[in-house]
Amino acid sequence: MAVFADKNNKVLVQGATGHQGVFHISEMLDFGTNVVAGVTPGKAGQEVHGVPIFNTVQEGVDATGANTSLVLVPARFAKDAVFEALNAGIKTLVVITENIPFHDAMEFVHYGKYQDAIIIGPNCPGIASPGKAKIGILPGQIFKEGSVGVASRSGTLTYEIVNSLTEKGIGQSTCIGLGGDPIIGTTFIDALNAFEKDKETKSVVLVGEIGGTAEEEAAEYIKENISKPVFAFIAGRTAPSGKRMGHAGAIIARGKGTADSKIKAFEKAGVKLAKFPTDIADLIEK
Amino acid sequence: MKLFEYRGKELLVKYEIAVPNGKLVKTEKDFSTLNFPLVLKAQVPIGGRGKAGGIKTVKNLKDAKENLSNILGMDIRGYKVGKVLAEEMADIKKELYLSITLDRSKRMPLIMASASGGMDIESVPDEEIFKEWVNPLIGIQPFNIRFITSKLKLDKEQSKEFSKVLSNLYKLFREYDCELVEINPLIVRGDGGIMALDSKVNINDDAMYRHQDIEPELVELTPLEQDAKEKGITFVQLGGNIGVIANGAGLTMATLDALTHFKGDGGVFLDLGGTDDPEKVKQAFELMKKAKPKVIFLNLFGGITKCDTVAKGVKEVITKEGIDCPVITRIKGCNETQAKEILKDAGLITGVTLQDAAQKSSDLAR
Repeated sequence: MAVFADKNNKVLVQGATGHQGVFHISEMLDFGTNVVAGVTPGKAGQEVHGVPIFNTVQEGVDATGANTSLVLVPARFAKDAVFEALNAGIKTLVVITENIPFHDAMEFVHYGKYQDAIIIGPNCPGIASPGKAKIGILPGQIFKEGSVGVASRSGTLTYEIVNSLTEKGIGQSTCIGLGGDPIIGTTFIDALNAFEKDKETKSVVLVGEIGGTAEEEAAEYIKENISKPVFAFIAGRTAPSGKRMGHAGAIIARGKGTADSKIKAFEKAGVKLAKFPTDIADLIEK
Repeated sequence: MKLFEYRGKELLVKYEIAVPNGKLVKTEKDFSTLNFPLVLKAQVPIGGRGKAGGIKTVKNLKDAKENLSNILGMDIRGYKVGKVLAEEMADIKKELYLSITLDRSKRMPLIMASASGGMDIESVPDEEIFKEWVNPLIGIQPFNIRFITSKLKLDKEQSKEFSKVLSNLYKLFREYDCELVEINPLIVRGDGGIMALDSKVNINDDAMYRHQDIEPELVELTPLEQDAKEKGITFVQLGGNIGVIANGAGLTMATLDALTHFKGDGGVFLDLGGTDDPEKVKQAFELMKKAKPKVIFLNLFGGITKCDTVAKGVKEVITKEGIDCPVITRIKGCNETQAKEILKDAGLITGVTLQDAAQKSSDLAR
């Protein structure tokens, strides 16, 4: 078991022949991911590291039985790419692309729900279940098989935390990069719900940051629904109000979305909080 | 991108929402086509300008000239007033509040309306604000509009007018990729018409490419921030004296937090993002030098971004151009060993952990 990504994912890559596509197809194959198809309009018949390229998602799905898509296309074509994949019957989508207009993201997130699909991202590093599959751009070498589920709004910070877990011998079941945008398809609550049901996951790490109220909502959800121990780190304790801190979603607006409010909500829900990212490993060890 | 009030109003007019007769004024002549009394309004991209003296009612030309020269050039919370909008006074019978914004949790546009308009919406009690969510796939429907109008205690004619305004405002919100459209107050005039006395329109930066008709407004960024934006580097100026360079927004924020923990003061926030280009790293370092921090703290976690790539860029800046403040580095992850090898003779101070490096940086900056 693992959540959202395992050996059953037959992965199609949208935007497969670009610089990023070529590099990450190779990285995913090395990780053991079952990458079955790539899509770039006009490039049908080519291969990338032995993976066949198709003109459309439908053709890729028909020929290979792909059920998952990794979206690497530029922001202005991302909405179309996601709609195309959903219409072709893809049920798990990982959208890496950043700077997607959020009206586009709102539309495809809702269409995804309507089609009973899981959308992770946009503006995320993807998802990795060590020993099984990686769908995304997370660095493969930092992971180790184990029982900690990680869900995060940040990329590099997740790598830092996962790496420190691995260095201490603490392995992970699945790591999900939820994305740094204000509109994302899979939230902390969705991740918590999946980790609670997953037999392999024994504890959960949440990596949050300023902006929005996703952490506060997760805290409420944990109180009622989560029996496994939850650990958390919140970035941006010292961020000033009104400044966008690198991520489109990381902004304290009208006094809402502060780190303090998130930390308090988590403490109330019995979540153990780390002061520094690498302290998470020490907390779990205890 | 936040639009000035007058530009927001130009969009409202485009969507057939009435605004008072008015224009930007610079000199005495500009008042000749307007009828007194007038309201003079400083154009700044932030709220609270009324309290700061940026809004004045004037009864005649003499009054207008005097107040105009006071407001032009006035400093409102760091923004110098360069434009003043003069508008004819409206006959206000009732003040409403209307906005459409983004509900991040529900991932839907959220309409908020209140019969208590004209004041700061934060100070209006929750039970007096009516909320309705719009499914982005189907767009605004008559039932959404009926829900809102039924709560506002308007008469039949006013409801009809208000419905048109709401429907058009949603169109504007969607077609211009807005994060926020807010009209406060939206008034009912003595003659029953509905009119927008103010406007806040905030367009999603990521969608600006679809709106070539909107000229960008640069007032929100400092010159260095603007320079960085053009180079594709995230650069935020804060108050302190330690310059932080890290890769990834979350890691950069966590680095600033660690500095604060050790009583250091983050001054500039520079996020390299994911890059495999030493040239971009070089540009980032040069930008950082221009911000003149007392100490530079480079905190790097290599994943897709390789540590040695960043190290090469850093080394080039330091050996070719020199750097006149201490640089503390903490490097971890992909190709960490190679990176440390590249930088070993560059005269940098190294920290083993984030905590160690943050403490060293904070101590040196004091």
